Amino acid sequence: MPEPRDCDAVVVGTGPAGATAADVLTGAGWSVIALEKGRNHLLSLEAPFAGLGHVSNDEIKSLRRYFLGPDPFLEPRTYRRDERDGDRLFAGEVNNLPSTVGGGGFHADGKLPRLRAVDFKPYSSLGPIEGADIVDWPVDYDEMEPYYAQAERLVGVAGDADANPFAEWRSGPYPMPPGADMFGAALTTEAATRLGYHPYRAPTGVNSVPYDGRPACNNCGFCAYYGCPIEAKGDPIAPLRNALRSGRCEIRADSYVERVLLDPAGKQARGVRYRDLDGDAHEVSARIVVVAGGAWETPRLLLRSGLANSSGLVGRYLMYHFQTFVIGRFPFRLHGHRGRSVTHLHDDHMIIDDDVRRFAREHGLPYFRGGLTEHGGGGGPVMEGVYTSPGVAHTREMLESTMRDRMWAFTIQGEDLPQATNRIDLDPSVRDVHGFPAGRATYDVHPHEVVASRYYAPRLVAVMREAGAESTFAATSPPLEGDRAGRRSASMSRHIMGTCRMGDDPATSVVDRWQRFHDVENMVCTDSSVFPTSTGYGPTLTIVALAIRACRDLAGLPKLTSSRPR
Amino acid sequence: MPRFLTDHEHGVVSAAVDRLVPPLDAHPGGAALGVADYVDNLLGAFTFDPPRIFAGGPFSGRFGGEASFARFIPLSPHEELAWRTRIEGSRGMPEREFNGPTRGWQEIYRNGIVALGADFCEVDGDEQDRRLHAQGELRGVLYVHACEGAYGPPEYGGNRDRAGWRAIGFEGDVQPRGYTDDEVSGRA
Ligand SMILES: Cc1cc2nc3c(=O)[nH]c(=O)nc-3n(C[C@H](O)[C@H](O)[C@H](O)COP(=O)(O)OP(=O)(O)OC[C@H]3O[C@@H](n4cnc5c(N)ncnc54)[C@H](O)[C@@H]3O)c2cc1C
Ligand code: SF4
Repeated sequence: MPEPRDCDAVVVGTGPAGATAADVLTGAGWSVIALEKGRNHLLSLEAPFAGLGHVSNDEIKSLRRYFLGPDPFLEPRTYRRDERDGDRLFAGEVNNLPSTVGGGGFHADGKLPRLRAVDFKPYSSLGPIEGADIVDWPVDYDEMEPYYAQAERLVGVAGDADANPFAEWRSGPYPMPPGADMFGAALTTEAATRLGYHPYRAPTGVNSVPYDGRPACNNCGFCAYYGCPIEAKGDPIAPLRNALRSGRCEIRADSYVERVLLDPAGKQARGVRYRDLDGDAHEVSARIVVVAGGAWETPRLLLRSGLANSSGLVGRYLMYHFQTFVIGRFPFRLHGHRGRSVTHLHDDHMIIDDDVRRFAREHGLPYFRGGLTEHGGGGGPVMEGVYTSPGVAHTREMLESTMRDRMWAFTIQGEDLPQATNRIDLDPSVRDVHGFPAGRATYDVHPHEVVASRYYAPRLVAVMREAGAESTFAATSPPLEGDRAGRRSASMSRHIMGTCRMGDDPATSVVDRWQRFHDVENMVCTDSSVFPTSTGYGPTLTIVALAIRACRDLAGLPKLTSSRPR
Repeated sequence: MPRFLTDHEHGVVSAAVDRLVPPLDAHPGGAALGVADYVDNLLGAFTFDPPRIFAGGPFSGRFGGEASFARFIPLSPHEELAWRTRIEGSRGMPEREFNGPTRGWQEIYRNGIVALGADFCEVDGDEQDRRLHAQGELRGVLYVHACEGAYGPPEYGGNRDRAGWRAIGFEGDVQPRGYTDDEVSGRA
């Protein structure tokens, strides 16, 4: 007789990765307990699982007071560039994504593009680059297509299937047509088109029409960094609500998973131990452990648990997106605070042509790729104020609003190459409120990112000028200007990947092609820790698509298939 | 009714904030926007129940829906720990010092206001600027709080009558009305 267990699967984390796992597994008839260290502000855990109405168009609680967590006082993270910086450069907020039921999906603005075929096979299609460990993914686009289509239906993605000439083939249209174009984006997309680029309406996980029982977006503009007060964003409320409706899912908020527990032989996970709000410890036993804490917290949990790391690669190959910002100030107001923060994208800066190869060679690289370029508006007025200088300059700037209402921005989410030295590990002395070591990022850029940014920034400046900007400037995150001493800030990117890389060889990867840990056969990772490379696309749709694929396999459901339309 | 600041301190904060966020043309400046009330609400957040840290949702009532921002959301025990530490300081309490001591905003304001001088409100603007510059810690904290108090939702005590938003041409929170497609895509 096997011992009775609390559930079939225990899921650590309720962001897009954990929510998708809970949905697929409960859909297959499994019982699931999902543990989330943050609070629940998303939805009632009693039928009919209505929204809680806690989120609002409130810049203070959302951007100044850590309403959706994590509070850096309670859960600091630390950062350094490399060992020469000593134990750390600073402790506090580093790449924080919300820690709350729904995770980062709750407040992302949900630009949800698919990767292209080349992104799954960068080593064989493009080749190696010195100083980086570029590898192929153990899946390809054709295999992923039906999972992408399913992910788009689950989240509810609005988009135009024909708009992006660089996009891969699709088995069908987007579930919804695109939503309203922002005024500023009309200026920059027309300018980009005149200069030979190919901007398109961003596929977005936001309802443009009522979908899945949730209303259409009303363009309130408090989108990126805010939860949606009317539930027009599909991710991750849709999968979590589905899971709850199955009657087989229990979500426990304020439940901080301390460690994964192994059976005595050390080959199988038997469950997890977590702490509740009062600090009391509990164990949940399960047949399968799904880790979905996000690519920062998942390696921290595994390192703390001391498992799944025979390769020594847990936490390594930390990747972000190298962000290049090109800011334009316009002679008139653009009201970028209306709409979904970003409504247009272009892929041109990921396409390698002869000129790119020439520039790359001049800088000692075989090639480089930038990333997806977002056309977006300014932030809120508190943030605008904080970035101005006190005194009369403040009031003048606020009245003229050159950094908000008259500002438009391009952001390149540049591909960041995998380097083993970039990693998450445990800080030797900084602690979280539970007494556990803080996670620490050790991260420095590869020349590839720098060269790509230097190549594309002036091209975007030209587009911004063409669109009518009176003045422009460019910046990057992490910053590049100045000498090493001056470049002390961590990356601001919220796209975090790579810290449990996926591959067939247990010596060079942490999870296999079905995202199961080589060392712990009944443990699966569904977050972007598994990404072997970062590509230049937002990670979230790929997280969801991969999670569907991995969890269907886990539950013995048939593979999804699709065919190319003729 | 002040929650933490004395009348004198309230006056000094108002005078100081008008140097950092001064009135100009249509902008009434930090004092008239009620930044000192915002600061007082924050420093005295724990004299309210629930504490005035996270305003409620989903709507303020300004563009329809039931007004719910003013119903503040109760804090979890950990959130209370974090916010009490920020506001009151760690004061040698081990549970607040797991990564070392924190100086609280109450102390930064109280000591900083004393250091600005009892006659701060009477001296001229240039002298006020000089004294503020000499109190870098207070000036830094106050400037951030001034921006929050001038341009944040009025439920936190500042942005009186939404005059901060009006001055800068910002509609503020607009749910559940939102913006029409024309307001998003059109020039006006
Ligand atoms: C403003 C913003 C805009 C964004 N826009 C986009 C975009 O347009 N497109 C895109 O693709 N991506 C975007 N992102 C990124 C996106 O939010 C993330 O890729 C996504 O949330 C990752 O999902 P995840 O489930 O892997 O991790 P997360 O969303 O980080 O969720 C992990 C959850 O696990 C919980 N957890 C972690 N450790 C534990 C533990 N030990 N015990 C219990 N719970 C734990 C965390 O509290 C968290 O809630 C954006 C992010 C931000 C901040
Ligand atoms: S812009 Fe739309 S999706 Fe974004 S928060 Fe507002 S209503 Fe929700």
